[in-house]
Amino acid sequence: MGVLLEHLPELWQGLIVTFQLTAASFAGAAVLGVLVCALRVSPVRVLRALGTAYVETLQNLPLLVLLVLAFFGLPEIGIKAEPLVTAIVVIAAYEAAYIGEALRSGVNSVGKGQGEAARAIGLTFAQSLRHVVLPQALRTVVQPIGNIFIATTMNTALAAAVGVVDLTASAQRVNLVEAQPIPIFVGAGVAYGLIAAVAGFVTGRLERRLVILR
Amino acid sequence: MSTVLFDEPGPRARRRIRVATVLGTLAAVALVVLAVRQFAANGQLDAARWQPYATWPMWRYLLDGLWSTFLAAVVAAALSMAFGLVLALGRVSPRPWVRGPAAAYVEVVRTIPALLLVYVVLFALPRYGLDLPLFWKLVVPLTVSNAAAYAEIFRAGINSVERGQTEAGLAVGLTRLQTMRLIVLPQAARRVLPSIVSQSVGLLKDTSLGFVVSYGELLYSGKVLAAYNGLLIQTYLVVALIYLVVNASLSKLARMLEARQRRNAHA
Repeated sequence: MGVLLEHLPELWQGLIVTFQLTAASFAGAAVLGVLVCALRVSPVRVLRALGTAYVETLQNLPLLVLLVLAFFGLPEIGIKAEPLVTAIVVIAAYEAAYIGEALRSGVNSVGKGQGEAARAIGLTFAQSLRHVVLPQALRTVVQPIGNIFIATTMNTALAAAVGVVDLTASAQRVNLVEAQPIPIFVGAGVAYGLIAAVAGFVTGRLERRLVILR
Repeated sequence: MSTVLFDEPGPRARRRIRVATVLGTLAAVALVVLAVRQFAANGQLDAARWQPYATWPMWRYLLDGLWSTFLAAVVAAALSMAFGLVLALGRVSPRPWVRGPAAAYVEVVRTIPALLLVYVVLFALPRYGLDLPLFWKLVVPLTVSNAAAYAEIFRAGINSVERGQTEAGLAVGLTRLQTMRLIVLPQAARRVLPSIVSQSVGLLKDTSLGFVVSYGELLYSGKVLAAYNGLLIQTYLVVALIYLVVNASLSKLARMLEARQRRNAHA
């Protein structure tokens, strides 16, 4: 325990970086995920194909391969940014594929008749989306999106493998100095567990509020 | 065909679709052109920088890496499926002292990043006199984390078998264990097969952590090769391509299994 308190500043800094990575990349993934979903449900075949290609590529590559490619490959063609920014962009792009798929399955879970009925009473596309399709789709995606958020938190640890000093990396650094692995790694594990528990609690509450039992 | 969002397109919608097709194609082409120009401007398109990947020795080295990836993935998958099954059986057990620990394991491990587990095996265990060979330094953490994921899949499968099946088994005089083994598990196994395959794709992706462990799987082989020939982006792109082909084939298999199951369910 003492070792954790002694190195609290480093570990705290690492935790802040993990928060930054998680929040920024999840926000980016949400925006990009909506776009991917829009591509995949569009009536235009070329756009659908682009969306499918994006999802297939990003879901079938390990995140670590994408990170390594961005950190060591992209500078070779003159694309270079700060490590934290690079990590955020890569994780956001990766998780966007998963969020896009979760949203798409939410939209598809709404019965076709609902859309037809909305159009039949004269709602425009935007109106039927806003008043009929999205409210029903959102309910089914709360849980999957919550799981993706937790997965994003876990995945940000991979940034440590390419040199971003997040919680995992600072735990490992403190351990190199102090050689007391048990309290240090358990402490880091507990911090991740707390983030996941809070996320699980929030999604549980959200779901209970949104779900209508029929 | 109409969907929840769109009706069968009329003449005006068809015109719009044509316009969007042209614009979408142009945007895609522009992206590719931009990427190629970026490569060319930095001299990464020179034939000499791609030539090595037209030769067998480079591919052989990477395919050796792929073989090690498979080896680690298969061993980790087998171990974590076995461990996961035990955990799932524990979670559906009627005895609280079995159910509690199994549930605790799954809930705790699900929230710990795999990399943190790898660090524990790399840096913590040797201090307590447990210095595993490289292969196991990768396989053990992957097993620990994936066992929890497989356990949840198996549990969902077991719970999806109607309760009447268990009751019927018990009624004809089978013991609880026999009912599970002879009646519930065979039905559950068939239902969870697609999820098992897609979780295994995730496990195969996780083996890229060999990069951290310095176990010679595909990504680490790419790192070694890139350090040797200095072709960073080329090597990592080839590595990514190999992962893509392997994982896309496995994902396709999962989708096929799922489709077959849905057909059988209807029949």
